[in-house]
Amino acid sequence: MALLEVKDLKVHFPIHGGILGRVVGYVKAVDGVSFSIEPGQTIGLVGESGSGKSTIGKSILGLTHITAGTIRFDGKDITKSVRKNRSPYRKSVQMIFQDVYSSLNPRKRVLDIIAEPLRNFENLSKTEERKRVDELLSIVGMTPDNASKYPFEFSGGQRQRIGVARAIALKPRLIVCDEPVSALDLSVQAQVLNHLKDIQQELKMAYLFISHDLGVVKHMCEHLAIMHHARFVEYGTRKDIYENAAHIYTKRLIAAIPDIDPNKRKDNARNRAEINALYEKELPDYYRDGYGVYDLRPISDTHQVAML
Amino acid sequence: MAQDVLLQVKDLRTSFRVEGEYYAAVDGVNLDIYKNEVFALVGESGCGKSAMALSITRLHNMNYTRCEGEVLYEGKNLLTMTLPEINKIRGGSIGMIFQDPLTAMNPLMRVGAQIEETLTYHTNMNRSEKKSRTLELLDQVGMVNPALTYDQFPHELSGGMRQRAMIAMAIAAKPEIIIADEPTTALDVTIQAQILDLLDELRGSTGGSMLLITHDLGVVADIADRVAVMYAGQIVEIATVFELFANPLHPYTRSLLNSMPSALTEEARLHTIQGIVPSLQNLPRSGCRFAERIPWHHASLHEEDPQYHEVSPGHFVLCSCYKTFTLKAGA
Repeated sequence: MALLEVKDLKVHFPIHGGILGRVVGYVKAVDGVSFSIEPGQTIGLVGESGSGKSTIGKSILGLTHITAGTIRFDGKDITKSVRKNRSPYRKSVQMIFQDVYSSLNPRKRVLDIIAEPLRNFENLSKTEERKRVDELLSIVGMTPDNASKYPFEFSGGQRQRIGVARAIALKPRLIVCDEPVSALDLSVQAQVLNHLKDIQQELKMAYLFISHDLGVVKHMCEHLAIMHHARFVEYGTRKDIYENAAHIYTKRLIAAIPDIDPNKRKDNARNRAEINALYEKELPDYYRDGYGVYDLRPISDTHQVAML
Repeated sequence: MAQDVLLQVKDLRTSFRVEGEYYAAVDGVNLDIYKNEVFALVGESGCGKSAMALSITRLHNMNYTRCEGEVLYEGKNLLTMTLPEINKIRGGSIGMIFQDPLTAMNPLMRVGAQIEETLTYHTNMNRSEKKSRTLELLDQVGMVNPALTYDQFPHELSGGMRQRAMIAMAIAAKPEIIIADEPTTALDVTIQAQILDLLDELRGSTGGSMLLITHDLGVVADIADRVAVMYAGQIVEIATVFELFANPLHPYTRSLLNSMPSALTEEARLHTIQGIVPSLQNLPRSGCRFAERIPWHHASLHEEDPQYHEVSPGHFVLCSCYKTFTLKAGA
């Protein structure tokens, strides 16, 4: 049974206008998205800024309202109760945020930051709590003496590891990682990604990995969903997407990844130009009225694409 | 291939005051930028690459910054010029493109007016000439409807369009050098590709040089001619782009290239560099600055006073530690 099942999720935000501030329209941030995550699986959510990928993550955590659709966790419909505090669901789903500078309370010690979820859900004594925090710190490769420090004393990569430690404190079954390494330098990014992979193997958690970096996503995720215009345009395994992309938007995205081989520069530029020309030409085949994304349609067992 | 040097940076040392003491963020950098080339400066945050770019056009706040050394452009030292002189160069002979176009532009001025401002300072055009030149520039950077964009405010444009407007502003006075500080970092990958193609195209048509500052090795491989890798305020390796990617030598360059989660390979673990980038006050000021990140590499293999070694024409590596270095994953 799937751990998380999202069906036809829609999140619309009202636009207020006029003197009376009446609702004059809606921004459709997510407009009909369905997917499921199996226990221990990593699903990548890729798309350009504004495509709605973060909104999906937030609605799963109950950080934004849901306009329509259902979210089932462990077979139970939690669409209505997702925003309730201290429900058991809240314990099993955690989040790692992009901005490591604003997601840690600057006035709390690392001990208090990591222990906060424990204090909310588990009744531990002071010594038990301290023991757990030390364990969590060692999982993310930090020493126990860091517990009494404040966030400003750490570098970006260390802060993100504190964020990871907080997210795994309750041994959740699903972690939503919203651009966890986008703000980090290359060498630090590698450290955090390695830790995320190790922890997943150890604790058997599922990840919903949101990123715009196709290199990072390919490294982390066995299944990928490509988002554009608030909907999925393609869904498939790593191999389906990177070697056998079917949707024109996916092709364009992959062609845009800069290659680290300068010798292929000319070929890549030509390839990119060809795909851009194709994109202009074939747009009507993939988008209704040049914008609307069609429903996903399977083209193999694992591979679905949104086209006519 | 002997080339004309356009801009020469000599022993540049840019220091910031922290709690009353000056600490060098750029610590003795030498480089030449030739005519009609894209010179890339790569490094992680805090290595001094932006500090260097801002030193060239003297955009630092001099209340707490000290710039020593020389930046020679047409035989004149930019660092000792008077303010009116340097103002002629800024935006005139040296154009700048910043990372975040929204904060770099004036939110209360229309895009057209902002581009015209450059023309007002650096050319003798009259009003109608300025307007037609601005429309031409907007068209050149790929705006779909230049006349409309001309009258829009920066917030009305998307990120990619804003960056295009920034580029139009930078090339307005036909500069000989463009300093581009992370021009595509804030953009989506498809837009990034478009902007890089645009910069490449402009370079063909205007024939200027570019100093490209970035942390993205993919961008470097895509557009640069020569590359300098910076670590802790120093250039540790400098080579042509083909040489650098085919034959990286300095331990830092090699570690960096190996820690990339490339879209083309998918190994189980990424290479990591042990430790962290030292902060400004804690920079090791003597010996090989990368030594503490590769502790398994014995101290005797580093030079006490690291020098540049020319391994092949134009390929320089700092410190002799590269000769015996083997990669080893950090913690």
